[in-house]
Amino acid sequence: MRERVSVRPADFDLSEEVAALRAHDGGVGAVVAFVGTVRDHSGGQSLRAMELEHYPGMTEAAIEAMIDEACKRFDIRGARVVHRVGVLQPCDQIVLVAVSSAHRGQAFQACEFLMDYLKTQAPFWKKESGAQGSRWVDARSSDDAALERWGLRSANAA
Amino acid sequence: MKVQVRYFASLREALGAQQAIDMPVGSTLSELRDALIASSPKHAELLARGRAVRCAQDQRMCGEDTLLVDGAEVAFFPPVTGG
Repeated sequence: MRERVSVRPADFDLSEEVAALRAHDGGVGAVVAFVGTVRDHSGGQSLRAMELEHYPGMTEAAIEAMIDEACKRFDIRGARVVHRVGVLQPCDQIVLVAVSSAHRGQAFQACEFLMDYLKTQAPFWKKESGAQGSRWVDARSSDDAALERWGLRSANAA
Repeated sequence: MKVQVRYFASLREALGAQQAIDMPVGSTLSELRDALIASSPKHAELLARGRAVRCAQDQRMCGEDTLLVDGAEVAFFPPVTGG
């Protein structure tokens, strides 16, 4: 079976990832995929590049634990998370979360749960570069609130 | 006992990627942070109380009341911003 988590500089192919996730599994009736991409502006300023840093080892383990939690909470058949690191350009893909299940409801929920979890609990840090120089992105309390909808407390941005 | 301290993102840029430090047995992560704050003006600024700093021991997120483990890898970093 293919690994569930990949953190790497290389881009991903959505079709290929979804095909691999549901390959040889006739029980799958739904696949939900979320793709996060780099915007060309931030806070009213144009963005030239975004650099993503992670904590090798811990980042992968944290996402594995999130997928374990998603498997406990939702009736899903498989999940795959790809997160890019390094220097990215506007319009580049950053992250993929794909979930397969028998019916759509559980896949939609598990996909959103995994993204909410990842935003506040996986060790990644974004640095934006624009005409005004570079700055580390601030964490948002709205992301903590998103995770709390699932009954999990998060004080990442607080 | 010796622990290895690692920094990420803005803390790494200011303080370097890692450093080793000796701590008394029975210390907490909070006491480690205090020892680092006392070690240089730069550490004092970046790790100042009131600044949002998260921590992990042996690659698991934890609170600062956690007891240090001999030989542990402790990381300090800003709130995470992935996805």
